[in-house]
Amino acid sequence: MSVSVRIPTILRTYTGGESEVTAEGTTLAEVLDHLDGSYSGIKGRILDEAGQLRRFVNVYVGNDDVRFLENLETATPEGTQISVIPAVAGGA
Amino acid sequence: MSAPTVEKTSTTPREGAFGNATGLLCRECSHQVELGPFYACPECFGPLEIAYDFPAVTREQIEAGPANIWRYKALLPVPGDIEQSPNMEPGFTRLLRADNLGRELGIDNLWVKDDSTNPTNSFKDRVVACALSAAVEFKAKVFACPSTGNLANAVAAAGARAGIKTVVFIPSNLEKPKQINSAVYTDSLVAVNGNYDDVNKLASEIAGEEEGWAFVNVNVRPYYAEGSKTLGYEIAEQLGWRLPDQIVIPVASGSQLTKVHKAFQELIKLGLVEDKPYKVYGAQATGCSPVSIAYKAGVDAIRPVKPDTIAKSLAIGNPADGIYVLDICRQTGGAVEDVSDEEVRDAIVLLARTEGIFTETAGGTTVGCLKKLVESGQLDTSLETVVINTGHGLKTLDAVADQVSVAATIDPSYAAFAATGIA
Repeated sequence: MSVSVRIPTILRTYTGGESEVTAEGTTLAEVLDHLDGSYSGIKGRILDEAGQLRRFVNVYVGNDDVRFLENLETATPEGTQISVIPAVAGGA
Repeated sequence: MSAPTVEKTSTTPREGAFGNATGLLCRECSHQVELGPFYACPECFGPLEIAYDFPAVTREQIEAGPANIWRYKALLPVPGDIEQSPNMEPGFTRLLRADNLGRELGIDNLWVKDDSTNPTNSFKDRVVACALSAAVEFKAKVFACPSTGNLANAVAAAGARAGIKTVVFIPSNLEKPKQINSAVYTDSLVAVNGNYDDVNKLASEIAGEEEGWAFVNVNVRPYYAEGSKTLGYEIAEQLGWRLPDQIVIPVASGSQLTKVHKAFQELIKLGLVEDKPYKVYGAQATGCSPVSIAYKAGVDAIRPVKPDTIAKSLAIGNPADGIYVLDICRQTGGAVEDVSDEEVRDAIVLLARTEGIFTETAGGTTVGCLKKLVESGQLDTSLETVVINTGHGLKTLDAVADQVSVAATIDPSYAAFAATGIA
């Protein structure tokens, strides 16, 4: 499955400045593995040492935060837009 | 791990643009980043905070300053000449004794820090003033925010006064008065179909794409967040340079609570107040209470929720600073509580009828939680307590529209009045 992944500013040094790249995989975990094959080291920025999503990163498949779905096992159908966004913004 | 280099800003800020701030520091891994419009750690995505090299500051120096947040400018990431820039001059709001409410709740010594008297009637004017200073120093073209309402009001007004273009994003179902309170200041109010977390996601994406945009609570967040410290400074100064025993603070993202605690700690370190224990309590609405849920479950991880509450300004389902709120409330011996929408409405009316303060739903949440904390024995009623009112009730009139009404409609005669039984 080919998907597009939006890359946050602080990870664009891995993608040569590209803000959006394509990757393959039927789940988010597979997509991140594939992404790491193309842009070595990028997965280690998004996942922690235990292989889980870092606490301060939000990953969306379509418009949904994967924490509301199946986390790394969330399905990534053909053409899905995946967004990786720092989780720091907010109100009071 | 090999660290990618941090992107440099296109313009170099002038000397002293950020006062005594020395850089940005990751709260999670202590990675250091130069001062710039950055908010997430390039190593671990953790939140970046301002690091300082504070000079010796005396009470007298602060007291000689203006009656607004710039009296604390030595402790903020702003230039020494900040008063020369057009700003809304928020802060130094009233700290009111709340004896009537205290009697009602059985608290001996209660105060309300009333931030509804800021220029756009919420505490957000404080954080926006600091964010605006940073945006100006970074030569931003656009001043922007995602908001549940109060922040949108503050950004739109401050941008207008500073002569900088503003673009504010809000959930499309936001209370009408809050929409009007932004639209009057800006022609670029954008309503987004979705909840606050959706709006926040959009803003983060735009911040990553658009050059020269300063999103106050995204890419200039480290500067913005420091503005909340002034609430803590003022409470201590207004109590006669001492800390309260207990403080109850509303929690949306959790930033305000963590910054009030930070302010207290800084005052202790600077020798401006005596070191003493104090308890910090967080307040949430049950319909959006991820931090309270985690607190009550005794866990450290916060599971995001889909908000469903009338307290829209607290309706952040994925609170970025939630884990720090948990830490602070637990470490200080406080707690995190939540109340139903019905309790929020009741508390708005209670505060209004005991202290003459009309609070918005966030304040109703805070006072409602104060009441619940007393009833459950979690709050010591013999200790001096401060409760924060963050915004004005005129912005959320609908919340209590069905709760209050005229007592009687009568003809203009004494007999008609006498018949009501009000006399």
